[in-house]
Amino acid sequence: MIPIYSKIIEVIEETPSTRTFLFDVEFSDALPGQFAMVWVHGVDEVPMGISYKNGVTVQKVGDATSRMFELSEGDFMGLRGPFGNGFTLPSPNEKILIIAGGVGSAPLAPLAEEAKNIGADVDIFLGSRCRDELLFRDRFNKTGNLLIATDDGSEGKCGFVTDLLLDVDLGEYHRIHVCGPEIMMYRVFRILQDKNIHENAEFSMHRYFKCGIGVCGACCMDKLGLRVCRDGPVFNGKLLEDSEFGQYARGPTGGKYKF
Amino acid sequence: MNNMKVAGVNLKNPVILASGIMGTTGASLSRMAQSGAGGIVTKSIGPRPKKGHKNPSMVKLDFGYLNAMGLPNPSYSEFSEELRIAVEKSDVPVIASIFGGNAEEFVEVAEGLMGESPAAFELNVSCPHAEGYGASIGVDSCLVEAITAAVCHVVDVPVWVKLTPNVTDIVSVGQAAVDAGASAIVAINTVRGMAIDIYSGYPVLGNRFGGLSGDAIRPIAVKCVYDLYAALDVPIIGVGGISKWEDAIEMIMAGASAVEVGSAVYESINVLGDIARGIDTFLEDAGYSSVEEIVGLTHRRI
Repeated sequence: MIPIYSKIIEVIEETPSTRTFLFDVEFSDALPGQFAMVWVHGVDEVPMGISYKNGVTVQKVGDATSRMFELSEGDFMGLRGPFGNGFTLPSPNEKILIIAGGVGSAPLAPLAEEAKNIGADVDIFLGSRCRDELLFRDRFNKTGNLLIATDDGSEGKCGFVTDLLLDVDLGEYHRIHVCGPEIMMYRVFRILQDKNIHENAEFSMHRYFKCGIGVCGACCMDKLGLRVCRDGPVFNGKLLEDSEFGQYARGPTGGKYKF
Repeated sequence: MNNMKVAGVNLKNPVILASGIMGTTGASLSRMAQSGAGGIVTKSIGPRPKKGHKNPSMVKLDFGYLNAMGLPNPSYSEFSEELRIAVEKSDVPVIASIFGGNAEEFVEVAEGLMGESPAAFELNVSCPHAEGYGASIGVDSCLVEAITAAVCHVVDVPVWVKLTPNVTDIVSVGQAAVDAGASAIVAINTVRGMAIDIYSGYPVLGNRFGGLSGDAIRPIAVKCVYDLYAALDVPIIGVGGISKWEDAIEMIMAGASAVEVGSAVYESINVLGDIARGIDTFLEDAGYSSVEEIVGLTHRRI
């Protein structure tokens, strides 16, 4: 499938560093945690977590996202997806914990909403640098019990979102869903692994994507050779044991860089 | 299936992973070995780190796939470790695909990877969308001959040469490679192609054009393999549009001693093993004793 020519119908400034782009096409069958390949014509195509049935939420990090931030309602982009495997949906009455850091809220807000619709009990730990950067705070507030941590203490607990984990019994959750910067996710992973409950957790991984459809191998993680674009991006913690997770990743050349 | 020796390489079965597919890391390659491949070819490795083209770099069309990765690779010095892991963790031969802009660069890369003991080298003189590399060289028989001879001179394992179909006469290029010492000819690389998004007017690939693979090019590949088999005295490795065992049998009957499979991994990560088992069943049901018995069979049906 070639990218679908899609019109931007609304641009929402979510926080000072993130914007949501809503389109006139819908990923109606997208599951929470799946991603879209978003093509900025003439610039680049990059993977983005689907944050609304018809939208993605973006932080300005590279050429494509910088150009995206210059686009507005009525402009066009190319969309492909939904791709990859999303989060496991809960059963009614199950209790889940969502741990979101920064723009990692993007795929987790739809999960929280879907989980609530199903009838699950949802707790959310949301972290960011400061109060203004708390992404999808209102969406999370409407779906469950929200706890906040900020690096500068301007809202909620002062510290990292992982600090919130110290005060709760993590064993009471049927499943824990995590998305955020790799170092933050890895800290969560280690905490859960120490309690031997990392099998109850799912992590949404980021790697450099080339083909995006599971063929080229650019996004493969050591040591199992798992394709983040196709076998993931959401992985059970069990699969991430003894992996490159939290240690290193590969860039566009395939060369490694350390976290 | 019994092991088989093709062009100096002991394959576990005749279905080899093509270059550029799941070939970036040692782990991804050994995963493909475990999934049933008879041999695996690495991503093409060059002398210096290269980021490749901007995305979109691969799109699925109704009749095949269009891609322009742009030879992304970390250079031989950094890839050595991945190759070592691939060789250590795979129970099938690992063939190192290499590229360069001239004979000196090919030699530099081959010598740089030799220490990791690849079972063979596959020279990429056929990538259709990397300026100064690949098919820019592979359209010139003299360059192909010089590069092949130079690499053969410095390595002590078989050298396979992968050809582009974007030439007037693929046989003369293949002959040049064989004259220079190639142990096998691999045919074909992707066919130059382009797709345009008519709503935006932009070409779909970041590189504007690229190479076509998949179903659409199988008849092109079959004809190239058929012609190469008729003219050359070395084994031909058939590649292009193989996604099922029937396709592989067709390629073998055209003259391929083994086949490579690439884009079909999109359909299933286990597709190579599935094809190998399908070949076995076909041979058994049809009463053939080995793959060798049907290599080039069609040339004898006159």
